[in-house]
Amino acid sequence: MKNVPWLPMIIILTMLIAAVFAPVLAPHSPIDQNLADKLIPPFWEEGGSAKYLLGTDVFGRDILSRLLYGARVSMTVSVLVLSAGGGVGLAIGIVSGYVGGRVDALLMRIVDAALAFPAILFALLLAVTMGQGLRTIVIAISLLLWALFARVVRGEVLAIKQRDYVALARVHGCSTVRIMVTHVLPNVLNTFMVLLTLYVGVVIVAEASLSFLGAGIPPPTPSWGLMVSEGRGKIASAWWISLIPGIAITLVVLAFNVFGDWLRDRLDPKLRQL
Amino acid sequence: MSGDVVLEVRDLHTHFFLRRGVVKVVDGVSFSLRQGEVLGLVGESGSGKSVTALSLMRLLPQPAARTVHGEVLLEGENLLTKSTGEMRGIRGRKISMILQDPQTSLNPVFTIGDQLRESIAKHYPGDDKTVMTRVIEALRKVKLAAPETRIHQYPHQMSGGMKQRVVGAIAISCGPRVLIADEPTTALDVTIQLQYLKLLKELQQSSDLAILFITHDFGIVAKMCDRVAVMYAGRIVETGPVRQVFDNPRHPYTQALIASVPKMKKQQAGRLPTIEGQPPVFSDLPPGCRFAPRCPLADERCRTTYPSSFTVGAEHTADCWRLEAAA
Amino acid sequence: MTEPLLRVESLHRHFPYTRGILFAKTIGHVKAVDGIDFSVATGETLGLVGESGCGKTTTSKLILRLDEPTSGRILLQGKSIHDMQGEALREYRSLVQAVFQDPWSSLNSRMSVGRIIAETLVVTKWGSRRDIDQRVAEVLVEVGMRPEQAQLFPHEFSGGQRQRIALASALASKPKLIVLDEPVSALDVSIRAQILNLLQDIQERDKVAFLLIAHNLATVRHMAHQTAVMYLGQIVDYAPTEELFSNVLHPYTKALLSAVLPDHPDSQTDELVLAGEVPSPLDPPSGCRFHTRCPYVMPKCSQEEPALREAAPGHFAACHLNT
Repeated sequence: MKNVPWLPMIIILTMLIAAVFAPVLAPHSPIDQNLADKLIPPFWEEGGSAKYLLGTDVFGRDILSRLLYGARVSMTVSVLVLSAGGGVGLAIGIVSGYVGGRVDALLMRIVDAALAFPAILFALLLAVTMGQGLRTIVIAISLLLWALFARVVRGEVLAIKQRDYVALARVHGCSTVRIMVTHVLPNVLNTFMVLLTLYVGVVIVAEASLSFLGAGIPPPTPSWGLMVSEGRGKIASAWWISLIPGIAITLVVLAFNVFGDWLRDRLDPKLRQL
Repeated sequence: MSGDVVLEVRDLHTHFFLRRGVVKVVDGVSFSLRQGEVLGLVGESGSGKSVTALSLMRLLPQPAARTVHGEVLLEGENLLTKSTGEMRGIRGRKISMILQDPQTSLNPVFTIGDQLRESIAKHYPGDDKTVMTRVIEALRKVKLAAPETRIHQYPHQMSGGMKQRVVGAIAISCGPRVLIADEPTTALDVTIQLQYLKLLKELQQSSDLAILFITHDFGIVAKMCDRVAVMYAGRIVETGPVRQVFDNPRHPYTQALIASVPKMKKQQAGRLPTIEGQPPVFSDLPPGCRFAPRCPLADERCRTTYPSSFTVGAEHTADCWRLEAAA
Repeated sequence: MTEPLLRVESLHRHFPYTRGILFAKTIGHVKAVDGIDFSVATGETLGLVGESGCGKTTTSKLILRLDEPTSGRILLQGKSIHDMQGEALREYRSLVQAVFQDPWSSLNSRMSVGRIIAETLVVTKWGSRRDIDQRVAEVLVEVGMRPEQAQLFPHEFSGGQRQRIALASALASKPKLIVLDEPVSALDVSIRAQILNLLQDIQERDKVAFLLIAHNLATVRHMAHQTAVMYLGQIVDYAPTEELFSNVLHPYTKALLSAVLPDHPDSQTDELVLAGEVPSPLDPPSGCRFHTRCPYVMPKCSQEEPALREAAPGHFAACHLNT
């Protein structure tokens, strides 16, 4: 148990606890404004207070509480996007890789198109047409993420296809669907799980970026990206408004990346060159 | 034919240091190789024969594996005490190795001319023309047709047999005294294997090369080797001149192994003699003779005390308690 | 004469060879299998021998319906297998099974041994869950293992044991023919004899026919009743095994025999070392395909392709030397 990434796992766990128990843990409401208490610095700074451990923003809202609720947003978006985008990507990767031929060619051209798309512009477009909100951002990021999954999964499936047990499954009389479900899918799951952990970071940053640009979760719901955006004009004077959520994003994404690397090495040394 | 001892291995121990513990892959191996002689090192998977070869070349995977004891004397000098730099000068020049898989022995992104040049220029630096002359010479020696065109080709443009010849050319290009061949023909078709073995024999005879031939196939031993050493679970259990070992194998493992191989003699009806059980697992070695769990002649002493080495013929020894009376 | 269990008639499999990515043009064909005929009798073994590129693997794929022939027929018990659908196809799947060379790639490491063995039975709806479990236990014992091991996973077994499991999964549906593609080449020498004996026992008891593909002639000689030698997609020599090996009527067979490693250092063999490499199946030599490497080549050999002719009773060879 030497190389187990304890610190990343603790960070991830903290984030999950924050997300789930935000209503219980948060000392204040994340959206109630309190202009009398605006722009208070974190408790260790001069002028800080124990009432608002990480300070307040320009509307007097508690940064810590917003941070905890923001974790909720990040986690919700991640789970939804990875389920939708990941699920679709997995299915398409398996079908494309196993069936091959024209189906594969067609699907991969669609994947290429999806990956060539200017992601940010597309999300902004969606936000304008469909309105801002959770649904929009989940759709936007999923539509881009599935292609990444599909490509990698397909590569893995191409290798699995060559294994003798797949040929033997056909000799045993298995249909194409049965082979994809009972033979290909279980052997691709390792790769898939690793991809999930590695892409969490991508999703969180994507959501944060889109919210920062105003195309994501609309205020007053706290999203880490939105929080960073809100503190933009005051970086010199009230640095904590942007920097604290910024650090949160960085730590969580790093944690997932390191954890994902470790998971990959543990599950399948062959994937090390990913 | 056989001259002075050119390579002597004394009590070699190579251990693998893994997460689950120490695995003694080579556990006290000794043998000698003479000029102009082919010694076969026979064993199945897990016997430690390949790791022995890597130990001699000091090419063990680090940090997992290390030679912890023993001497490897190449023309009197102990290779195990050489520095990395000194070994680099010795490898290829004095002792060389060819491996099983021609696919992975050659770098796919370099022409074979470049790969040969790299190895020759390291030991015989000179201007390009001189080096390339040596390259072509080496390819001629391994009977590769049209070497002048071949040097511009890439490995994928050649068949398995041709690739193995190139690998051979690289190995002998600097005139080593000792060549270690680790199952070089396993991946080749039988008729190509025959060509290759004949080539190795010719090379060996023309340059008085000493070859350590590692294989699991007694047929290769019968065809190529002057002497043979049989390895089981990290130790050599029988050594001797090849005729003697074939005519009169004295270790039960050698006997059973030779008997279990289908012969080309007239079609034998009935079953082949087999060896019970499974090859040993290194983490689970019995204290005494390692073959005891599968040996029909094993007794209590075999299981608790490792057998001594008994001489059973001219330069023919085997490690088995059943031989004590006769010795 | 009784219909043999398996009959292959004029089997061809050509792979188009294309150049270009955008507008791929077929510039030739790789004639992997180019007109072969043979049959396998019930309960007997046919050995298929040859080196890389001879077409034996392609042939086995065609017989297993993993591929479609370009022309020709494969008949199981008189019925063409590539025409089969539905019920007939399901029956075919239970009658014809396979064991491949690599025991590490043949078993899905995510499935338990029991599930692997039961696969054919489940797919062909062989019986109830209980019947299937019982059959799995039965067949595990047949291959020398224990019924309790059905719950374990492949990684807990050695190479030899994995090959037994692969054999069990082939035997489950009580097949009449098993294609054995180098069944022991990847195993340790001391284990090979165990598996070969097991195969013989099974053949004797269950009257299963084997199509044995092997490069080791001694194994073929030991196991096969009939042997066919393939070169560049064609059968060049075909006879009862003992006759093939003792009465050599084709130079390639002679070359293969002389390439066999000796049993003993003093074994004498008529050494015939072939020059050159196996030609490309894309552009096989004219006339007799072997003529470019044949030490007995005559002018006729490059012009006229020799037919597979009965050169001795029951012994068919394709060589102008026999006319």
